[in-house]
Parts: sequence; structure tokens; C-alpha cells
Amino acid sequence: MTTTDIRASSATLDRSAVNKPRNMGQIMRWLLLFLGGILMVMPIAYMISTSLKWPHEVYNINLIPDEPTIENYTYVLEDGRFYWWFVNSIIIATITTISNLLFDSLVGYTLCKFRFPGRMIVFIAILSTLMIPTEMLVIPWYLMSQSLGWLDSYWGIMFPGLMTAFGTFLMKQFFESVPDDFIEAARIDGLNELQIWWTVAMPLVKPALAALAIFVFLGNWTAFLWPLIVTNSVEMYTIPVGLSGFGDEADVAWELIMTGAAISTIPTLVVFLIFQRFIIRGVVMAGLKG
Amino acid sequence: MANLSLRALTKAYAQTEVLHGINLDVEDGEFIVFVGPSGCGKSTTLRMIAGLEEVTSGEVVIGDRVVNHLEPKERDIAMVFQNYAIYPHMSVKKNIAFGLRSSKMSKQDKETRIDEVAGILDMTHLLDRKPAQLSGGQRQRVAIGRAMVRDPAVFLFDEPLSNLDAQLRTQMRLEIKKLHQRVGNTIIFVTHDQVEAMTMADRIVIMKDGHIQQVGTPSEVYHSPANAFVAQFIGAPSMNMLPGRLNGAGVRLESGLQVVTTHVSATNQDVLLGVRPDDLTLDQSGQMLVTGQVTVREPLGAETLIYVATESGEVIAKADGRSPPDVGTHVRLSADPANVHLFDADNGAALA
Repeated sequence: MTTTDIRASSATLDRSAVNKPRNMGQIMRWLLLFLGGILMVMPIAYMISTSLKWPHEVYNINLIPDEPTIENYTYVLEDGRFYWWFVNSIIIATITTISNLLFDSLVGYTLCKFRFPGRMIVFIAILSTLMIPTEMLVIPWYLMSQSLGWLDSYWGIMFPGLMTAFGTFLMKQFFESVPDDFIEAARIDGLNELQIWWTVAMPLVKPALAALAIFVFLGNWTAFLWPLIVTNSVEMYTIPVGLSGFGDEADVAWELIMTGAAISTIPTLVVFLIFQRFIIRGVVMAGLKG
Repeated sequence: MANLSLRALTKAYAQTEVLHGINLDVEDGEFIVFVGPSGCGKSTTLRMIAGLEEVTSGEVVIGDRVVNHLEPKERDIAMVFQNYAIYPHMSVKKNIAFGLRSSKMSKQDKETRIDEVAGILDMTHLLDRKPAQLSGGQRQRVAIGRAMVRDPAVFLFDEPLSNLDAQLRTQMRLEIKKLHQRVGNTIIFVTHDQVEAMTMADRIVIMKDGHIQQVGTPSEVYHSPANAFVAQFIGAPSMNMLPGRLNGAGVRLESGLQVVTTHVSATNQDVLLGVRPDDLTLDQSGQMLVTGQVTVREPLGAETLIYVATESGEVIAKADGRSPPDVGTHVRLSADPANVHLFDADNGAALA
């Protein structure tokens, strides 16, 4: 054995001895993650599996359908109602998301970067609304919608969520990380406050905007209680409300519900794929020292 | 380019006044450096000139306009920040062009101006890069470029070199000075580093606790400090201060030594006798000032700083770099009476 071989073999021994406990810990961690992953994936797998089953097979626990079919997809897609619900959900979730991105960040920016009397009171008042459960708010919302003639309309479905306390809080916290020097430099360069917010501050909080976009879109896409209350006509239903209608007192058409749910995950995946890269990229404060 | 005047400028936050009536006239094209310890009000003064802080009372005059109530963009100033504040999501070119957004120049003229500035700052090859791809010095140049592109009446620099390493700081110091000689705009430069102040300024404004202590050329503030604070703040290491009492013939130090000084005939006045480490010599021929034991040596190459424990406290002197006295050696430090400064022990004011 040459000197190099001896060194190499002793290095291998040392490494295996040192790494053993770490490997065990790592195996345990992977196992936990694997189990977590299974827990996450199973509902999705069953959703897709059920959407490919015939009605008589729905209550069968097996993951792979005996006789896979795309009949459910054909039925759902050919059913005009689903098309309407899909469009409604897209319109509502998109407008609400854009509205939140604009107004939450505008208010968050104002609360963060401007000093004015009552600033903290306004902020605390906004935050305190986070403590009020939706269930408590639906009656006032309903009465408000009724008096304004917004029942069974897009406006009625959207108005409670066009701005959120959570979004405002999130954006305010992120704007804290934007150094005042950027704002002041832009002010000296001749931009007005609205231009500074849009041109300088907003690009610097893209990760927060992306996160907020995902939260708001998903929240509105899956919203059930308020759209159920405020809508009357089938044409105004959103997907969750519409899908719940696939069941009645006699039977629940799980295969159709799952098919609709499977189709409705597509836009959420698209939104996530678009915005996740901004989150992963993170905040790059390269314009500052360092 | 324009003159700048500060007239009885004050600044208060709630009931606390932090600037107490600043008066200063800056000539067109002058390079003025505000220097002072943290919290002295130098950055606040600069921000008031920029319009980023409201003026509590007094006037800021740029050219012949009182600009107190004008927005920063209307003051014809440009500012370079300590943290550079160049926008990370924009390329170098866009960062520089940002200063021209509100300009009425044609697109072609803007392009020409950007190229011109990039050429002056030697950044033409960097125009398409993002700030993340630049070194600290290059980022600082971009920040200067963004300020330069508008050709403002007054450039304001808020400690722009403090985030750079020592070597780069020296280099950028030189570049900014050359730039000033080339473009000739009025510059107000804030720093806490007296070396920066001494090397760059036409005139230095030394501030402390919201008051101007002295305004003068680097030579004036070094050789004729207005008070003990200026004397100790300017120059490194600081001027030694030895407590004593005027007795007609000179100063009797607390150690009992009688020192002949070239000025002041008053008697029975407590004073501080100031002498710079450079002016203290180890030779036996000069007028003896203090004696003591070397406690620490700091070799700087050409010279060595020696810290000497004396009866009047610790005194710093400069010794020859090749053969400095050893630690523990008893030394006799002397000084030319012409290089000795006297300050009132009560208020620190220089005595003529």
C-alpha cells in the first residue's frame, strides 16, 4: 500500500466514523420530510384519481382506477355552468389580486415612509381588523351589499377583499427594508411621491408583492362562504360555490367535484409558477453598500 | 454653479434644538467640507440644504434664491449618499439617466450627456451592468455620475467614502478632488474623517454640538485652531493638552515646569498648553516641556508614535522610525515655543 493509499483509506474511515451519526439524523429528517410530502400529495393524488373514476368506483379506496375515464372532464367542460364559474373565479381573483397589490402596497408604503399625526393609530386600527373573524363580518357586508345594490354581482363578491389588513401589514413590513436613502435620492432627482412609490419602492419589494399575489389569488380562488352568501344566480357562482352544487340531498357527485377541483388547480399553479421566481430570487439590495 | 449661504440656520426636533444658528457663506465653485464628531449636526445641515429636512428658522440661499420652501428637485442640487442609493433594479445607464428624468432635454442630448459623464468617470464599459455586478468603488462612481449628469449648482456629498476600504477611500478622495477641479461646481462634503477634510477642502467647517467651531482653510484650522476642540479634532494623533497657569513669564505646568511661550502676558489664568505630537522632539536642546516614561510604541514605518506617561498625563510624540526609544525608557520632550498653543482652560478659546 502506498502512502497515498494509506492516507486515502484512513480519510475514508475517519469520514465514515464522523458522518455516521449525522447520516442517521439525516435519514430521520428525510423520513419525516417524505412522510410530510406523502401527506401533502395524497389529497391531490386522490383528487385526480377520483376525477378519472366512474361513479360506481368513487368509494373504492384504490388510487389507480380500475377503468380510468375522462368522461367526467368531458361532462364538466361541456357543462356551460362550469365555464361561467371558472370565468367568474378568474375575474374575481385577478381583480382582487391586482387591487391588493396596488392598494395594500400604497397604504403600507404611506404608513412606513411618511410621518404624519395619527400614523400609528391608523396602523393599529388596520391591524385590529385582523382579529375580527369573517363570520362576524358577513352580515354587515350583506346588509351593505343589499343597500348598495351589489347583491349577486362581481362588485358584491369582490368588495370585502379589494384591500386587506394582512396585505397592508405585509407590505409595510417589507417597505421597512427599503432604505430611506433610495426615496430621498429619488426625491432629489425630481420624482413626485407617487412616482417614487411606483418606480423606486415597488421594484424593491417584488418578493413581497409576489407572495401577496399568491396569497390573495389563492384566497379568493378558494373563497366559499362570502361568494355563497352574496350570489343567488348560478351564473354568478364561483368555482367552489358551483362545485358544491354538484352534490344534493340524495347524492354527492364526488367524481364531478374532483374533476372541477382538478381543473381549477391549473390557474393557481400558473399563478404560483409566475410569482415564485420572484420570491426565490429574494430581495437584492445591491444598490447599497457592500 | 452658485454661491450658497446659510443665515442663522436652526433646526429643532420638538423642543430640542440641534442646530443653533449656523451662518456660512460659500463661494461659487468652492469645495467646502463639514467635519465633526457624530451628532454635531453636519449631516442635518446638509439635509437642510438639500431640502430633505425642514428649516426651523433661518435661511438657506442658493444663488440669489431663498430655497427654504422649495422642494429638493427645485433647488438645483444633487446629492451623493453614504450608502450610494443607486437603484439595484436598474442598470448603470438607467441609474445615471434617472437624474435626467425630469429634465426637458431631448433624448439625443440625454444620451450624449450620459456618455459624457460615463467618460469622465471612466464607466463607459460598465453602463449595461447592474449594481450587483459592480465593486464598491464603481458603485460610488455611479452615484457620483447620477449626481453629475444634471450639472447642478451645488453638489452635496453625505459621507460618501465611509463605506469604502482604506485604499479605495484614498483613491476616491483623489478622484473627487480631480473631478471638482474639472467641473468646478460648488461642493459641500460631509465627513467625520479629518484626513478627508484636510486633503480635499478649500475650506473646512468644523462643527460640534450644533455650532460651527471654526471655518478656515486646512492650513488655518491646523496651525491656528480657534479653540481646544478644533485643535484636538484636526490632526492625527490629536494635539497634546497640558494643564497649566499663566504667570507673566509664561506657563507653569502642573508638573512644576516653567514654559516660556511667545504670546500672552496675562497672569493667574488657568490655561491648556497645546502642542502637536509632530512638534515635540526628543532632542536635549529645545525648551523642555515634559519628561516621562515611554509606555507604548506604535511603529508607522517612517516614524513611530510614542506614548509617554508624564506628570501632566499621557503625551503622544513622534519619534524617528528607525531608532525609537524603547518602552520603559525615560525621555525628555521639548518643543519650540513658537509651536505651542494656549487655550483658556474654562471655555477652550485660543489665547492670542
